[in-house]
Parts: sequence; structure tokens; C-alpha cells
Amino acid sequence: MLSIKHLSKTYGEGERATRAIGDVSFELGEREFVCVVGPSGCGKTTLLKCMSGLLEPTAGEVELKGGPVTEPPEEMALVFQEYSRSLLPWLSVRGNVVMPLRHKKLDKAERTKLVEEAVDAVGLSGFIDRYPWQLSGGMQQRVAIARAIAYQPEILLMDEPFASVDAQTRGDLEDLILRVRERYDMTILFVTHDIDESVYLSNRIVVLTPSPTEVREILDVDLPYPRDQIETKELPEFAHLRAHVYRLIKRAAAGEQPDAESAAPQAAEAP
Amino acid sequence: MRPRTRRVLELALEIAVPVVLLAIIWVWSASSETFYYPPLSEVLQRFADNWLFERFASDVWPSLRRMGLGYAIAVVLGVAVGTALGGSRLLRLGTAPVVEFLRSIPPPALIPFGIVVIGVGDSMKVFIIAFVCVWPVLLNTIDGIEGIDPTLKDTARVYGLSGTDRLLRMTLPAASPQIFAGMRLSLSLALILMVISEMVASTNGIGFFVLQSQRSFAIAEMWSGILLLGFLGYAFNLVFVLLERRVLAWHRGAKASALG
Repeated sequence: MLSIKHLSKTYGEGERATRAIGDVSFELGEREFVCVVGPSGCGKTTLLKCMSGLLEPTAGEVELKGGPVTEPPEEMALVFQEYSRSLLPWLSVRGNVVMPLRHKKLDKAERTKLVEEAVDAVGLSGFIDRYPWQLSGGMQQRVAIARAIAYQPEILLMDEPFASVDAQTRGDLEDLILRVRERYDMTILFVTHDIDESVYLSNRIVVLTPSPTEVREILDVDLPYPRDQIETKELPEFAHLRAHVYRLIKRAAAGEQPDAESAAPQAAEAP
Repeated sequence: MRPRTRRVLELALEIAVPVVLLAIIWVWSASSETFYYPPLSEVLQRFADNWLFERFASDVWPSLRRMGLGYAIAVVLGVAVGTALGGSRLLRLGTAPVVEFLRSIPPPALIPFGIVVIGVGDSMKVFIIAFVCVWPVLLNTIDGIEGIDPTLKDTARVYGLSGTDRLLRMTLPAASPQIFAGMRLSLSLALILMVISEMVASTNGIGFFVLQSQRSFAIAEMWSGILLLGFLGYAFNLVFVLLERRVLAWHRGAKASALG
């Protein structure tokens, strides 16, 4: 569905050039839930911006269903990390969710139905006429998710969407996004720096190296859906995968030395 | 109950101070023999004679019309040009010296030019008011548009928001706190320029009346005109603040919630 081919991104020119992304290639199949994880500051957001057409890559290509992505495509929605900055504070929850639908050719009843369904799917029906700043952080991110799903994308990109909410809310939102995916039949690409989160949510994980970013490993997550915060995380397979990804990232952060995890305990930074 | 009691007391204070001041002036000026400071009672008498509503059509209305027109032109022009300039760095760079130069011209210096080119009629006064009021609106609009959060712009692109929809639902609301700040500044300028423009080559208006009264030694009349201008300025500001509170309610709410 979405394929990234030898993508690279360099900021600046000449002496001052910074290579943010070295060479990244991977593919996303239909109805997949792929998580992209990497050490802090490894250019995850840059990668996501290139994939969504918000940023032009220096080299390489992004293709959505065979066509090149140069501008954000209509089949794609994006949920940003900074919900408070991507929601429009002068519009109510309803206004925010309906905003991207205004230029789609829908009649009013259809539009209202889409909006109310999406708001219901994220559990905010009782707050539809509130303003974003009257809601908690977790609820604001739910609004952003509702806006994305009402847009009816085939593919949803999420940029560390739960990084700024507390741990409990985070768990709730993870389950919410899994339910939303079931209900709306979407392909999801989820960028995170949280290893547990990546294993818990996805069916495939793309592990990145530090900047200039390359793909370190792509691994399948064969945990059964539907997942559960307690039961899934109790599975030995979960622990195993988590440890594996952890090692890859720790090793990467310590500078790619093969025995880095035993040699450099200070690199074992908690996510 | 307590916060309410406090509010009542605060309001009482706000009303009491001007009332006491007026009372002092009333008493002090009652026995005034000075030509330049006639008794307040006389000034108020003239105020009632002139402005309620004898001279409303002949002087107040023309003044308000000039001010309103000039101000409206300034706001529309300032927001329109400011939006264009705020959206383009190149345009901004190219026009910055011209804008800085034009806005540095002391406005009364333009009156002779206005008289020669446009004439002594209303158009000249409207032009002067608009010319002066446009800068605060323009500069604040540029500032507001320039400062729109990049995440918000990305959001608009991702969701295919473009054209008028983007302008009316994202760009202008996002810049509206700054636009309003500029409009508020311009509002007081509009009143000042209205008076100044009416003091030169004019046949009616409140500014004309004040000057004319002074020239014919009708000092109480003059004071009544000054009093009216003070009231007008106060009223305009009050209306503006109420409007701003309504339109920017989201802004105050968002700011308050961001602070915790």
C-alpha cells in the first residue's frame, strides 16, 4: 500500500549539511499496523513528514498505491504529537472534526453522521460541543484521532501521538486506537520511541538506527489480536519481542558495538 | 457569596472615583471667576444644549461617519495586505522599507498634501484617518500570520484545507489575537486623527466645533466639545473590549488552560 524506497533527507547544504535520514526502505501492506521505533532523535518525525508528503525527501521515493507522494494525499490522515497545537482552539470538538470534511463532497446529513460516529468512536460524545482547551490532554488527543478517522483515510500516520499523556491515559488510548482500527479497517503507521507500545500495538516493527537513520531490522509481531493490556503483556512472546527490540535500540544508541549492552549500562536509558 | 461581594465593592470603587472627582470639580468650579475654567454646571448645560441632540446631525454624525469610514478602510486594508505580506517572506522583505518609511511620517504633515490633492471635503479626512490607522493593523496582522504554529500549517495541508476555507477558518482566526491588538491601537488613533483633520479647513464636525468655540471665546462650549470627545473615546473603547471578549473568548480560555 505504502512503500518507501531508499529515502534520504539532508538538511542544509555544503559544510553545514546534516544527514537526518541515511537510507530507509520498507513497505506497508493493506490493513497492517506497523510501528516505527528508534532511539531518541533518530529522525522519526522527519521520516514521517517525508512519508506524508509534508517534507520533500532529498532522495528516494514514497509511493502510495503505486503513485508518488509529493503532497499530503487525500487517502491519508495524520495525528500529531502536539495535539494542543494541531487542534483549532477557536472551534469546538465538532468544529474541529468537521473541518477537514468541509471540502469533501458530502451532504450535510452525511457529514454530521461521520462526525458524530467518529466522536463516538473515541468516546467523546458527551463533549462534542466543548472546546479543546476545556478538555484534558488525553481527551484532546482523542479529538485529534476523531478528526483523523472522520476524514475516512485508508492510511493513518501517527507521530508519537501518546508521548505527552500520562501512563494510564496512554494505555487507554492504545486500546482505543486498536478498536478504531478494527472498526474502520485502516492501515496504520505508528511512530513511537516507546518499545512496549510498539510491541503491544503492531503486527510489524521497523527498528531504526540513530541518525543518519537506516533500517536496523524489521520484525513480525505474532501476538494474537485483540490485545489486552494485561494478558498480552504477560505472554512470554511479548517479553521476548520487547527484549529483542530493546537490545537493538540500546546497541544502536551505544554506537553499534556488538557487545554494547553488556559494556555500557549507562546506555540503558528507560523509554 | 464572598467573591460576589468583592465584585460589587470593586464596581462601586470604579464608579465612586469618577463621581467624587466630578463632585470636586463641580464645587471647585462653581465659584469660578476665571474665564478659562467656567463652572461645571455651565459646561454641562452647554453639553446638553449642543449635543442632546441639537448638533448631532450637523457635527457629531459627520465626525462619526468620517471616523468610521476611515477606520473601516484601515482595518480591511490592513488585514488584507497584512495577510498577503505575512504569508510571504519575500514580499515582506521587499515592502519593509516602504512600510517603515510611510508609517514614520507624522500624520498631521499629510494634511496639507491631502488638501491639495484630495480637497477639503470628507474624502481628505477619511484618507488621513485611514492612512494613519492602517499601520498598527497591518503590522500586527503580519506578525500574527507570521507566527502561526507550523504544526497548524501542517495540519491544514494534511487535511487538504485550502483557499477561503483555510483563510477564514484557520489563518485569520489564528492571527486574530494580534489583529485585534492592532485594531484597538488604531481605534484611539482614529479618534485623534478625526479631531485633527477637522481642525484644518473644515466646516463642521466635533473637532471643528471645539476650535471654532475657542476662537469665538465660547469657552464653555469648547469644554462641552472636549467632554463629548472624552465620552466618545471611552465608549468606543468599551464597545471594542466587549466585542473582543466575545470574539476572542477561545483565546482567553486557551491561554488560561495552558497556564494550568
